[in-house]
Amino acid sequence: MTTLTDPTGAPEASSEERMGDARARGPQGPRARKSTSLRRAILAEKIAPYTFLLPWLIGFFVITLGPMLYSLYLSFTDFSMLAPPEWVGFDNYIKLFTNDPKYLDAVRVTVVYVLVSVPLQLAFALLVAMALNRGLRGLSLYRSIYYLPSLIGASVAVAVLWRQMFGSNGLINQILAWFGIEGMSWIGNPETALGTLVILNVWTFGAPMVIFLAALRQVPQYLYEAAAVDGIGRWGSFRHITLPMLSPIVLFNLVLQMIGAFQAFTPAFVVSGGTGGPVNSTLFYTLYLYQRGFTGFQMGYASAMAWILFLVIALVTAVNFWFSRYWVHYDD
Amino acid sequence: MTTDVKFDQRTVAMTVGMKRSPARTTFKHALLIAVGLVMLYPLIWMLGASFKEGEDIFSEVSPIPNPFTLENYARGWEGAGVGFGTFILNSTVVALLSVIGNLVACTLAAYAFARMQFKGKTIFFACMMGMLMLPHHVLLIPQYVLFANFGWVNTILPLVVPKFLAVDAFFVFLMVQFLRGIPTELDQAAKIDGAGPWKTFFYVILPLLKPALATSAIFTFIWTWNDFLTPMIYLQDPRNYTVPLGLNAFLDVSGDSAWGAMFAMAVVSLGPLFGFFLVGQKYLVQGIATTGLKG
Repeated sequence: MTTLTDPTGAPEASSEERMGDARARGPQGPRARKSTSLRRAILAEKIAPYTFLLPWLIGFFVITLGPMLYSLYLSFTDFSMLAPPEWVGFDNYIKLFTNDPKYLDAVRVTVVYVLVSVPLQLAFALLVAMALNRGLRGLSLYRSIYYLPSLIGASVAVAVLWRQMFGSNGLINQILAWFGIEGMSWIGNPETALGTLVILNVWTFGAPMVIFLAALRQVPQYLYEAAAVDGIGRWGSFRHITLPMLSPIVLFNLVLQMIGAFQAFTPAFVVSGGTGGPVNSTLFYTLYLYQRGFTGFQMGYASAMAWILFLVIALVTAVNFWFSRYWVHYDD
Repeated sequence: MTTDVKFDQRTVAMTVGMKRSPARTTFKHALLIAVGLVMLYPLIWMLGASFKEGEDIFSEVSPIPNPFTLENYARGWEGAGVGFGTFILNSTVVALLSVIGNLVACTLAAYAFARMQFKGKTIFFACMMGMLMLPHHVLLIPQYVLFANFGWVNTILPLVVPKFLAVDAFFVFLMVQFLRGIPTELDQAAKIDGAGPWKTFFYVILPLLKPALATSAIFTFIWTWNDFLTPMIYLQDPRNYTVPLGLNAFLDVSGDSAWGAMFAMAVVSLGPLFGFFLVGQKYLVQGIATTGLKG
């Protein structure tokens, strides 16, 4: 690094200090040379942050911002990678909404998945976090056990397990047989297939639970004490203390989990064998995007899908934040 | 939020009128254990099933294999065409390189964002936060076109190189949050002693950053080990497959006929994750809590 070998000896001092330094050492050398090295030192200090940031800058411009804009362009083209992109205007977007029933299925499936699984998952996370909060013995053990599924929930291994469990000869049906209930193939039935994936997502409630647990610890205990003095019961303290104090974290978890759920891919792919079946009932948005882009090589069309997903996620996030003013309580 | 006011838990519980009776506590533990068991049962059952003989998987709810066999592991390890050992090796290489890349690139970026002044900092920081929410799928196609032009398809480069360019904004953010908790007086002291930004970074900041580094390393490992979509797009030759691809290919070939071997390899693929989970759960929990809450 140039800064370390700089002849002024104190390259990192602020420019003011350095001026004083230069003046004090004035007689020892020609002034002109000093000011050159001074300038170099200042320059080095200005450049240093960018050397730290260099990998990120390349990552941002070359493989994030650039590709994003390129994908926006592609979404207005017909592109199969074999020939150069061909401009088609809004055709892809128009076709998606007017002439592609499978796309609308994918949208419906994804919206149902997000709207059902995320609130369930968060409710469960909050419930368990509250049960664990009050200085319970063995807390860290419980926390680990409940958190574990979050780590592996998106893996192919777990999706394989799900496929067996909810299959016609699977674990679930064996258990149901004890109660004399005759099961069916839960993943083979279009009515229930999506439900098995919702269960999988709810199963991974551990990550938001850990965040809730950390937040619950920050709720000042004197609030509960005051509430008790005022004769407010358990439900009242939850409704008027816990929930408002926790609301910023609820919002955070909600946004995070919704963004995640919109992008779910692996479970649907593995459970349905890549088809999104039966009858498109597990055709997640990203699964259909993959099929169009990388099986059908309709890169322009798939880019249009990706941009709609991006805009929807941005919109949902914005709406969440906008509505949050009505229910999120910020304690300043 | 103020955290300074802390009461003794028991005092509060008593004043609040929720003094826990032993029966109540026992009931709560019973309930929590029951929920935990229900949650983990599928995993325990799968572990047991991987040692069961053929048809037993479809008839036994109990996780205990009777008779016990290792045949599933032998069959699964052979895989379909390419052995499972190859997949494990590929996944290990990808995961380790990703860990190194993320640690180096994200730490450097985070240090610049948290500690240095430069032109465009506000805008770049906003961009970084934007990347946190950017769906990966928007970049899938253009990045594929880009990497295909580089001739990187069917190599691990598209999986690994981006990690060296700090595109996992989550970790940059995590480390920025962590750095904000380290007093700046330390940097200033180093500066007065004549250390440049790189010396300060290596000798002052990096040692203090250890917990955040551990969190990032573990999460990166787990996420790249689990990743399915990206490798599926780039890796076509089965000899280059990572573990999830290998599992999926095995499922495609054997269909619903070889559950024993499938389960055996699923267990093998989850093994390293459990290992990291057991060793690093403290860091995982810390990591989630740090990014989840304002620093």
